[in-house]
Amino acid sequence: MLQADPASTVAVPVLTDRLRAVAAGLAIPLGALIVSAAIFSVFLLALGKSPVQYFELVWRGGFGSWFSIQNTLSRAAPLILTALAFAIPARIGLTMLGAEGALVLGGLAAAAAAIPLVSNGFPVAPTLVLMVLAATAAGGAWMGLAGWLRHARGVNETISTLLLTYIAIAISFFFIEGALRDPASANRPSTMPIGRDYMVGTIPGTSIHWGLAAGVVLSVLLWLLMTRTTFGFAARVTGGNPRAALAQGLPVGRLMIACAAIAGACAGLAGFFEVAAVHGQANAAIAAGYGFTGILVAFLARQNPLAILPVAILFGAIDASGGLIQRRMGLPDATALVLQGLIFVVLLASDTLQGRLGALPGRRP
Amino acid sequence: MSWEALGVVLTAMLGGAIRVSIPFLFVALGETITEKSGRINLGLEGTLVLGAMGAFAVAFHSGSPWLGVLAAMGIGFLLGLMHGVICSLPRVNDIAVGIAMMSFGVGLAFFFGKPYIQPSAPRIQPIDLGFWTSNPSLSWALQINPLFFVGIALAGVLWWGFANTRPGLILRMTGDSEPAARAMGVNPIRVRILATAIGGSLAGVGGAFLSLSHPGVWTEGLSSGQGLMAVALVIFARWDPLRCVLAALLFGAAGALGPALQAVGISQGYYFFNAAPYILTLFIMIATARKAGASGAPGELSIVR
Repeated sequence: MLQADPASTVAVPVLTDRLRAVAAGLAIPLGALIVSAAIFSVFLLALGKSPVQYFELVWRGGFGSWFSIQNTLSRAAPLILTALAFAIPARIGLTMLGAEGALVLGGLAAAAAAIPLVSNGFPVAPTLVLMVLAATAAGGAWMGLAGWLRHARGVNETISTLLLTYIAIAISFFFIEGALRDPASANRPSTMPIGRDYMVGTIPGTSIHWGLAAGVVLSVLLWLLMTRTTFGFAARVTGGNPRAALAQGLPVGRLMIACAAIAGACAGLAGFFEVAAVHGQANAAIAAGYGFTGILVAFLARQNPLAILPVAILFGAIDASGGLIQRRMGLPDATALVLQGLIFVVLLASDTLQGRLGALPGRRP
Repeated sequence: MSWEALGVVLTAMLGGAIRVSIPFLFVALGETITEKSGRINLGLEGTLVLGAMGAFAVAFHSGSPWLGVLAAMGIGFLLGLMHGVICSLPRVNDIAVGIAMMSFGVGLAFFFGKPYIQPSAPRIQPIDLGFWTSNPSLSWALQINPLFFVGIALAGVLWWGFANTRPGLILRMTGDSEPAARAMGVNPIRVRILATAIGGSLAGVGGAFLSLSHPGVWTEGLSSGQGLMAVALVIFARWDPLRCVLAALLFGAAGALGPALQAVGISQGYYFFNAAPYILTLFIMIATARKAGASGAPGELSIVR
């Protein structure tokens, strides 16, 4: 038994190492989810509510019927894009929380670009292309600014992106209630509706808008970018050790700004879909908190663009089942916030197990 | 704008600066204690919101606003303790945990706060320093909340204590060099957990002010990033409690700009004036960021490295 043939002694450890790495990568987030669900159950029991009923309703409201599956996927779409907006800068070592601001600005830019084009009867397809360009440019410039401030001035990007989010929301409210306001929107200030003809339709045979397809395609593309290209490699080297990257002659500053701008463009695109596919106009409803939930999605997916897809669907389901839970159990919609916050805290605490289970290298977010 | 209107704006800003500065001041002093120990707590925004909600609920049921303040301190202590303990686990990133604690605190506050949105609770009565004037807007501006004086006194005590007491020395040593602290037989983890919990309890008091001062209501939009801005404020104030007071007043004045202009009928650009504190914070960070490491930053602090 000790004298196994040479081939297997070489091949087997490599294979098991990879398997163990994947298993550890899955085990920690899954374990964190289970522990959070357990703590949340105790919380519900203390309030005299049934945890079994709660999770059953999450299942039913999220995946129980074709209607609820479509609802879940529609809500997952912006989460995929905002999670990408956190995950890509995280790879290069930046903790950027600006997705909400970039989303809102992207939505505003899309609506602003649409107004003159729609009122002059510009063809639909080029109008939508211009709206996408406006939204991604606005979001990309906004987050890129934070990346540049970090690189050029050493401004902490976590705090600056949060401040920029508040400023972005103020800017969009300023325009929505001022220059861009549709006089017909009396109680709820909004921009001029872009009109049914100009709205992005749904994926054929479903009621899910094309934002989901965009999210899936972008996740795959960005996964390829970050894992299969020199750009991604350079970004990950910088994330691992910025000084070593500088010593290697990598353009650290440009890489940081590029990652931040890509992130902003993703969030801006989410804002475009909120305007062009969901609301048909820009108003306060586009600042719905997707940018913040996306951060949690990205953490749970360990900043892996492909893993973001299932995690975003899970959180889309929690979101989609909120109404059902409110009606059946009398729990407020903030219940989902408590569960999300709890998952978030437990997940980060479980980082301490990184590298202790199997061979996964410890990575600090 | 006439001279009279300018006078109204300036007095409204004076009163507003004092009022708005109070939550900034308490969060900033709490964060100073935490950051002096070498740790950062970005979750104080959550502490502020949950503190505001808890203080309101306790004041509403007990009829005593000061019991509410005490409750907010307790809530802040517990949230700070949680943050401190989690961050003490190896390989856990304190900035990320702060973000998580923020969403956890806000989530709990919104969850338990739903039934308290309608009623109004007993308020902390302000001290009337405007008795000598017949000018109504000046008299109103000088109705100063007692917590303001508590905050100023606290800043003085902390400033003195950091420099002249044994706990102050241990705190600063832990923040500047963990090996030095260990060599002196100090357990840095215990110091940091305690510093984070105390910092949290002060942020809780700031939250109590938000819901128990005029007009004395709890709403979900009560805090809009004051807890976060206070973290930037601490960097701006170079971890000095006395400078925290000045910085908090400056932020308070910026925050009072929008409402003061609205009081004289200037509502054009209201959202921009409301965003003034965020813009101010950002510019201050841009202006001071590079110098942060050189002047008084605790050596173990992750955010200035």
